[in-house]
Amino acid sequence: MQKSLRKYFAVFVLPTLAAFVIAFLIPFLFGLYLSFTKFTTVTNTQWVGWENYIRVFTDNNDFLHALWITVAFTVVSVLSVNLLAFGLALLLTRGIRGTNLFRTVFFMPNLIGGIVLGYIWQLIINGLLLSAGVDITYDPKYGFWGLVVLMNWQMIGYMMIIYIAGLQNLPGDVLEAAEIDGASPWQKLRRVTIPMVMPSITICTFLTLTNSFKLFDQNFALTAGAPMKKTAMLALDIYNTFYGRIGDEGVGQAKAVLFFLMVAVIAFLQLRATRSREVEQ
Amino acid sequence: MKRFTALTLIFCLALALAGCKGNTDSSGGAVADQKNGTVYYLNFKPEVAEVYQEIAEAYQKETGVRLRVVTAASGTYEQTLKSEMAKSDAPTLFQINGPLGYLNWKDYCADLSGTQLYQHLKDKSLAVTSDGKVYGIPYVVEGYGIIYNDAILQKYFATDGAKASSVEQINSFSKLREVVEDMTAKKDLLGIDGVFACTSLKPGEDWRWQTHLANIPISYEWIRGGIDLTSDATREISFSYHENFKNIFDLYLQNSTVDSKLLGTKQVMDSMAEFALGKCAMVQNGNWAWNDIKGIEGNTVKEEDVHFLPIYTGMEGEETQGLCIGTENFFCINAKASEADQKLAADFIYWLFSSETGKKFVTEDLGFIAPFDTFSADEHPDDPLAGEVAAWMNKEGVQNIGWNFTLFPSQTFKDNFGGALLQYAQGNMSWDEVVTRTVNDWKTQSANR
Repeated sequence: MQKSLRKYFAVFVLPTLAAFVIAFLIPFLFGLYLSFTKFTTVTNTQWVGWENYIRVFTDNNDFLHALWITVAFTVVSVLSVNLLAFGLALLLTRGIRGTNLFRTVFFMPNLIGGIVLGYIWQLIINGLLLSAGVDITYDPKYGFWGLVVLMNWQMIGYMMIIYIAGLQNLPGDVLEAAEIDGASPWQKLRRVTIPMVMPSITICTFLTLTNSFKLFDQNFALTAGAPMKKTAMLALDIYNTFYGRIGDEGVGQAKAVLFFLMVAVIAFLQLRATRSREVEQ
Repeated sequence: MKRFTALTLIFCLALALAGCKGNTDSSGGAVADQKNGTVYYLNFKPEVAEVYQEIAEAYQKETGVRLRVVTAASGTYEQTLKSEMAKSDAPTLFQINGPLGYLNWKDYCADLSGTQLYQHLKDKSLAVTSDGKVYGIPYVVEGYGIIYNDAILQKYFATDGAKASSVEQINSFSKLREVVEDMTAKKDLLGIDGVFACTSLKPGEDWRWQTHLANIPISYEWIRGGIDLTSDATREISFSYHENFKNIFDLYLQNSTVDSKLLGTKQVMDSMAEFALGKCAMVQNGNWAWNDIKGIEGNTVKEEDVHFLPIYTGMEGEETQGLCIGTENFFCINAKASEADQKLAADFIYWLFSSETGKKFVTEDLGFIAPFDTFSADEHPDDPLAGEVAAWMNKEGVQNIGWNFTLFPSQTFKDNFGGALLQYAQGNMSWDEVVTRTVNDWKTQSANR
C-alpha cells in the first residue's frame, strides 16, 4: 500500500498541484510583483519599488477611511448576522409548525445576486427616506446602515442553516443529563449547547467575517460610495483607485496586496480563537 | 467509488483545459483567413456592436481581409483594453479618448501621419498629436447642449405674459432663466413636472455635469486666458468662471422634475425617460441621446420637435456661443503589431470612411457625423439631433466650444467633482468648498502624471 502510494504519488498530486500553481500561485506572485511597478498592461511594467505603497497613504485619505468603514461594518454585521441566525436556528429546531417553510423562506435571499439585491434595497430604502424628503446618499449613515440591513437579510438564512445542522447534531443524552441535574434553560444554552456547536460558530464567524470584509457588489450597487466616497469599503476603493486615474494601477494593486494581508491575518486570528474553544463531543 | 471520483476529477480538469484551448481557437482565426490577414478592432461603442458584424461581412466580401470586432461592455473599455493588449493576439486597431488617453497608451500608439485617412481629416487640429506626429485620428464628431421639446416651448410661447415668443430670442443665460422660471411657475398649465429633467448625480451617472457642463467654464478659462492647451499650463486651473457653472447648475436644480435632495440615485436614463414621456421640456445631453429618447416605451416626443439650445452660463458675449462639439473617439493603431497588420488596420479605416459601402454604413447604421472631407455636406445621419449638430457646425458667426474635457486630469477627479456636486445639491456643502476642492483636486490629480 505504502509502496503503491509512493509510486502513484505524482499521478494524484500533479493535476491538483498544476491547477493550484496556474490558477492561484502564479497570478498571486505576479500580482505581488505588479504592486511594485507602474503598469498599464500586465506585460508593460516599470519597477518603482515601494512608491506605490507610500502613495496608498500619502495621496489621500481614501484608503484609511475605507478601512475604518470596513472594520466598523464587519464588526456590526458579524455580530448581528450571527446572533440573529443563531436565534432563528434555535427557534426553528423546536419543532414549530411550518418549520420547513420558514427555513426555506429565510434561506431564499441568499440565492439572489449582490448587484440585484443592492438595487432592490436602494429602492426600498429610498422609498422609506422619501418621507423625510431625502435619499440614501444624503447622509453616509443611511448608506452604512442600509448596507448592514442588506447584509443581514442576505446572510442570516445561510448561517441559520449551518447552525441548524449543528444543533440537530447535539447529543440528546448530554442535554438530558443537564436537565436532570437541574440546569436552567439559560445554563443549558450557555454551558452545553454553545460549546457543543462551536464548530458551527467557527465556520459561521469565518464566513461572515471574510464576506463582510470583502464586500463589493452590494456596496457598489447600493451607494457606490456616495456621498463623496464616505460609504466606500475597501474593495470598492481598490476598484476605484485601479481604474480611476491613469498611472494609478500600481497604487490600486498595492492596496489589493495590503487588503489580502489584512483579510488573511484577521481570518487566521479568528480561526485560532474560535477553534481553541471547540470541545470534543 | 474512488475510481469514479478520480475519473470525474480528471474529466473536469480535461474540460477546463479544453476550455482554455477552445478560447484561443475561436479568437485566433481560422487558417483560411491567414492568407489575407486579420484586422482586430476593439470597439468602444456597445450600441453599434451589431453593425460592426455586418461591416465585417461586407469588408471580407470586398477585400478578403477578415475583420474581427470585439466590443467592450459599456464603461469598461479601459479595463478590456488593458487585458486584451496583454495578450499575444492583441488588437491592431483600438481607440483612445484624447490627449490623456494617449499618455497612458503612448507605447502602443503608432504614428498615423502617413495614413490616407489622416490626409482626409477636415480639421487637423482635432487629431491627437505629439511632437508633430499623429497618434489618434478622430472618427466621429458629437455635440451636446440643452435638448428641448419644441411642442412644449410653443405651448409656453402662446401663454399670457410669456417671456419670449420664439426660441431664437433665447440667446443668453439671463433670457433662459427668465423663460425657465416663468415656465416653472406655469408648469401645471404646460402639463409638465418641471422644466429640466432630473439632474442625475448617482456616482457613475454624473458625467453630464462633472464632465460635459464643467467643460464650458473651463474652456472659457483657457480660451479667454490664452492658454496653450498642449502645454503644462493645463495642470492647474483657477476655475475663474465657477459662478457661471453655478448659474446654470442652480437653474437645473431649482427648475427640475425632482427635488434636489433626491438626486443621489438618479441615472441618466431616468432623465431621458422623463424627457421622452413629455414630463419635462429640456434636458442637457448630446446627439447620442436620440436613440435613448426614441427607444423609451410610450414616448410622446415627436422627431421634428427635438432641437438643441446652447448651454448659456452668463458669460459675456455668449449670444454667439454654439453647442459643445468635439470628440473623444480617436482611432489608434497598435505600434506593437507587425508592419503588415498595421497596414491592414490603416487600410480598413480608410475603406470605412471613403468607400461607398463604408460611408453608407457610417452615416446610416453607425450614425456617425464623420469629420472627413470624403463626406459631402448632406451625408450625415438622418436622426434629428445629429442633423442639428451638423447644422450648428456649419452656422455662420457661431463659436462652438470644443471638447476640452479630454484634458481633465483623471476619472478620479471627475468622480470627486461629481461627489461634491451631489453634496452641494443636497445642501451639505457650500459652493465655495466645492470650488476649493475642485481646484485642489485638479492640481493633485495632475501631479506626477
